[in-house]
Amino acid sequence: MAVNDAGRAGRPDPEQPTELIQLLTPEGERVEHPGYPLEISADEVKSLYRDLVIVRRIDFEAIALQRQGELGIWASLLGQEAAQVGSGRALEARDMAFPTYREHGVAWCRGLDPVRLLELFRGVSHGGWDPQEHNFHLYTIVIGSQTLHATGYAMGIQRDDAVGEDGEAVIAYFGDGATSQGDVNEAFIWASVNNAPIVFFCQNNQWAISEPLERQSRTPLYLRARGFGFPGVRVDGNDVLACLAVTRRAMQAARDGQGPTLIEAFTYRMGAHTTTDDPTRYRLSAELEAWKLKDPIERVKQYLIRTEQAEMSFFDEVEADAAEVGARVRQACLQMPDPQPLGMFDNVLTSDTAKLAAERDWLAAYLDSFADEPELAGEAR
Amino acid sequence: MTTLTLSRALNHGLRKALEDNPRALIMGEDVGKLGGVFRVTDGLQKDFGEARVIDTPLAESGIIGTAIGLALRGYRPICEIQFDGFVFPAFDQIVSQLAKMRYRSRGSVRLPIVVRIPFGGGIGAVEHHSESPEALFAHTPGLRVVACGGPADAYTMIQQAARSDDPVIFFEPKRRYWDKEDVDTDADLATAQPLDSARVLVPGSDVTLLCYGPMTRTCAEAAVAAAGDGRSIEVIDLRSLAPLDTETIFASVRKTGRCVVAHEAVVTGGIGAEIAAQVTQECFYSLEAPVLRVGAYSTPYPPSRLEEYYLPDLDRILDAVDRSFGY
Repeated sequence: MAVNDAGRAGRPDPEQPTELIQLLTPEGERVEHPGYPLEISADEVKSLYRDLVIVRRIDFEAIALQRQGELGIWASLLGQEAAQVGSGRALEARDMAFPTYREHGVAWCRGLDPVRLLELFRGVSHGGWDPQEHNFHLYTIVIGSQTLHATGYAMGIQRDDAVGEDGEAVIAYFGDGATSQGDVNEAFIWASVNNAPIVFFCQNNQWAISEPLERQSRTPLYLRARGFGFPGVRVDGNDVLACLAVTRRAMQAARDGQGPTLIEAFTYRMGAHTTTDDPTRYRLSAELEAWKLKDPIERVKQYLIRTEQAEMSFFDEVEADAAEVGARVRQACLQMPDPQPLGMFDNVLTSDTAKLAAERDWLAAYLDSFADEPELAGEAR
Repeated sequence: MTTLTLSRALNHGLRKALEDNPRALIMGEDVGKLGGVFRVTDGLQKDFGEARVIDTPLAESGIIGTAIGLALRGYRPICEIQFDGFVFPAFDQIVSQLAKMRYRSRGSVRLPIVVRIPFGGGIGAVEHHSESPEALFAHTPGLRVVACGGPADAYTMIQQAARSDDPVIFFEPKRRYWDKEDVDTDADLATAQPLDSARVLVPGSDVTLLCYGPMTRTCAEAAVAAAGDGRSIEVIDLRSLAPLDTETIFASVRKTGRCVVAHEAVVTGGIGAEIAAQVTQECFYSLEAPVLRVGAYSTPYPPSRLEEYYLPDLDRILDAVDRSFGY
């Protein structure tokens, strides 16, 4: 029996031809889209370019650190820099972002120190940053769960009367695989019936570990929004200008009280799912080669050169900046101390229970019992 | 003092919670105009509006997930899960997110969320409407798990839960919703018994009988019946299942030397198992008999025509007490 005959990914809806919003072609040519006019200065484009290069460098360093045994695992964003920087830079400081575990580029745009991300992947913390500090929520590892948190947060914005002029909005990040989760679909329903100020930003990187999009959907993902009663758009996820313009407009609509938008950023996971994954087992290198031609960073460079908006020295400066960030991140990772064992009992609840206190005391005494045998103590720890 | 049913006492307590804190919200299925299927939220939407008493879509994961988001924004959601057996679609959000987010954030996040769950059997219901899943939550670090037994406790405990800065799973004994009791609605919450403590319901000297939720009434009745036979049962309403008030439990067992735990939940791996292990460890030299457990068999909840054989009742509890004296 052919069990999978029907599952053709992205099968176009005859009533609505698939449209990809693009403002910068893979060749670096600026094109206009009537729905998304974008006036952007040379300095802004250069600043976006700088972020793209730096987040790729951070990612590169992290992969290397994992290979050297300094990180337990790393989820690479390679190929998704434009989707993350474009959308991340579209946010106002007052907006709130809810990431998955791969939004290193968004984290960078929000001002979170990348070293904090490494803590998680090194096993020093589960994240541990204060979401309010940069309006960037903790990484969420269970697929799709954060879309409901984001929606509830958006409902809170409504209850605070913070929709309208100078309003606030929320952006929820997730991937193509997550669109199969009940939580994501429930979030769509909640956001829709509440007209919540939220943008659902789906990075469709074509692969959920080893499962291609056709295992998740028969319809282009952005079209799903129609069924939930709000607009959906597909943007070239490797085009930082288009991602910026489309996210800006959707966020502004949300802040103004026009409710949710689903953005499908059509991109590609150039690397493995994580450093433990081996994509050669399930996908062809030809596919990777084809996407390399659509690289999100190269097209911005070509555009800046072609339009003479940047000298070659600019690119050298950016490279040097990125190298400096990379070196700092690497150094900070190598110097990161292991957490104290007794710290594991902290923050389970807002106050200790007798049980927790007793268990903490017991472990402390147990560790102390090795005081005369430091080598054993090390093992016990 | 006002005589209130347990359902009404919860209603008054929730009303107070909404009055006390403008950030408190109620959310769940049918909690608005209908007032909930057990009428616990009756009239609250009319008085506090649809923005604070929210009729949600029918998806439990969505209820808890969006409640977490509202809490991150500074709200204090009190969620209703319509029936015990319907909590499982929300199980992931409760166990993986609600219980762990504070820990994940190293204390920078607080999730003051109450999850109200009517639980237990005895109402002749169809499948999934009579379950006792409390041990699953008590096994999960990061949650406070409590169960009220009667109207007076229901009134204060729901307010304490609403004021807690930790997530509280709040179990309500659904077959006792219409039990009545005098409730002091003017009492100061500050002087009320702490939420995480047990209470001696009936003082006694021969055997300790531990219970919570719907079993508290049954156990109190068992104590009266046993007293007629000259046997003095000390009944303790645990009230808090996580954390357990072991101080009160151990003090009683050291005094009586015997311990029986009664709950509607399946005995295997239940709250009684945890208590038995801890009592055995801490009160070993005081025990005259092993800790005995009375509860449900290792079967799914049976069709309701059989529930009288499935649920522990006064006779089965007294039988366990008798067996405790057989050692």
